[in-house]
Amino acid sequence: MSKPFPEDSIGLVSPQTYPFDEPLELACGKSLAQWELVVETYGELNAEKSNAVLICHALSGHHHAAGYHSEDDKKPGWWNHYIGPGKAIDTSRFYVVSLNNLGGCHGSTGPASINPETGKPWGKDFPNLRVRDWVHSQAKLADKLGIEKWAAVVGGSLGAMQCMRWALEYPERVAHCVVIASAMKLTAQNIAFNETARRAIMSDPHFFEGDYLLNESLPSSGLSVARMIGHLTYLSDDGMGKKFGRELRSGSFERGREDPVEFQIESYLRYQGETFSKSFDANTYILMTRALDYFDLAREYDDDPVAAFRHALCKFLVISFTSDWRFSPERSREIVNALMRADKDVVYAEIESSYGHDAFLIPNQVRYQELFAAYMNKIKV
Amino acid sequence: MRLDHQAIQKWIPPKTRVLDLGCGDGTLLRQLTDELNIHGYGVEINPENILRCVEICVNVIEQNLDEGLSNFDDLSFDTVIMSQTIQTMHNPDKVLNEMLRIGRQAVVTFPNFAHWRARWHLFWKGRMPVSEHLPYEWYNTPNIHFCTITDFEVLCHDMGIKVVDKLVIDRNGTSPLVESFPNYFAETALYLLSKKS
Repeated sequence: MSKPFPEDSIGLVSPQTYPFDEPLELACGKSLAQWELVVETYGELNAEKSNAVLICHALSGHHHAAGYHSEDDKKPGWWNHYIGPGKAIDTSRFYVVSLNNLGGCHGSTGPASINPETGKPWGKDFPNLRVRDWVHSQAKLADKLGIEKWAAVVGGSLGAMQCMRWALEYPERVAHCVVIASAMKLTAQNIAFNETARRAIMSDPHFFEGDYLLNESLPSSGLSVARMIGHLTYLSDDGMGKKFGRELRSGSFERGREDPVEFQIESYLRYQGETFSKSFDANTYILMTRALDYFDLAREYDDDPVAAFRHALCKFLVISFTSDWRFSPERSREIVNALMRADKDVVYAEIESSYGHDAFLIPNQVRYQELFAAYMNKIKV
Repeated sequence: MRLDHQAIQKWIPPKTRVLDLGCGDGTLLRQLTDELNIHGYGVEINPENILRCVEICVNVIEQNLDEGLSNFDDLSFDTVIMSQTIQTMHNPDKVLNEMLRIGRQAVVTFPNFAHWRARWHLFWKGRMPVSEHLPYEWYNTPNIHFCTITDFEVLCHDMGIKVVDKLVIDRNGTSPLVESFPNYFAETALYLLSKKS
């Protein structure tokens, strides 16, 4: 059979599960006695183990960042356009590690996993996680893989929050920190969107206060609405206007006719919500949005981001997108200003884009691609 | 090495913090980092230039200088440089003020619009000067606030800015002729400035 994958794709990949037996102490005071992480790796770890890059995923991401799981796979990993041979994160130079975070729903220990103490799904009893818990679990994974220092930690949005936390928690273990479309903390408006999404889930009668699995039920419609709310805030007004405008999918406004009218954007959002609700766990969505809300880079540094970043030893690349209003360029500029005040090396670029917050995932944005690649290419391995 | 960059280097103390406003492709900062071990940041708006900076590992911040520099603290840099850029600013006087707020000293270089070739062009042809050095037409030039050496010195005087040192050069560097009649023969003027204490 001929090779069906594009040449610049990493090709066939398969996830691996790493079990951890030592308890993970969590920021909330609880601990996880046993836990697992599902991980994919791309490229080869060099003899000096100096070429490892960690990919931290965002709200709805997972370990499958690049390549294909099977030859019939319709879609590659979520960041396939930016990870692969010759791409921005060049797998012919780097050994890329991508995991599903704790609390996730794609194989790593999370609310839908079985609680070993009860033999039942964790559900609402799964501990609340914070960004630092992910970072600590990722450090344990690095230990297991024999990686003492990452050539780079890379992420967008919530993923970039993990990268910044890495730079502060394990300064000697990070050489470069790539922060894309992120913020040092969420604004009130941003938390409000997340809470509205959580309420949509919680008010679904099939939610059972988080124990829907025990009740053999799924809050699909709540999760679907939550995703619709999230998704529309990841797009820009301009981008949505260009893509959908006021186009109708069905019906008409002709006089004398009353067949139901459906705008393209309605059907698109509904489809996004429904697809998502079939593949994602509602408790994970709640957990991830809460981790986003709770994150405050400088909280423990007297609310002084400059004092916080002084702990970092790595170099930074910060990227924002002009039409991103959920993590606006202003939030990235705050990061950059704090880094300059802390005398840290930093490159900052504001990419012209109409794709909103989602821009960091979207392919064929020449300037973003070139700049990202140029920075990564300069990283010594 | 560019003549003007070579000259600027003499004014920069080693191992200090340098901000280069309108840093272009980053060559000056690269040179100052390699030669003097400074810690530098460039501010630039042109995407091509920003990419060039990244390619030579120069810290570069995308920012529009005309929108202000309020994100930089008072005296947070030892030297603030603006090389061949002040004539493109909407408010050159405000920029000068800001440079000396942010830096202990400032380096400003600009093309001298009273150079004899420019005078010749305007006098005989009656048209805005276009040269190898200043290749733009009046309608598409980024240089919206041309000044002469005399103009610049009058502004410094009026603003209470001290000229600590100055250098005037043409394409071959400096010469007695250029030094004696800078406003006629200098193509580029370079100034080291500080606040009058």
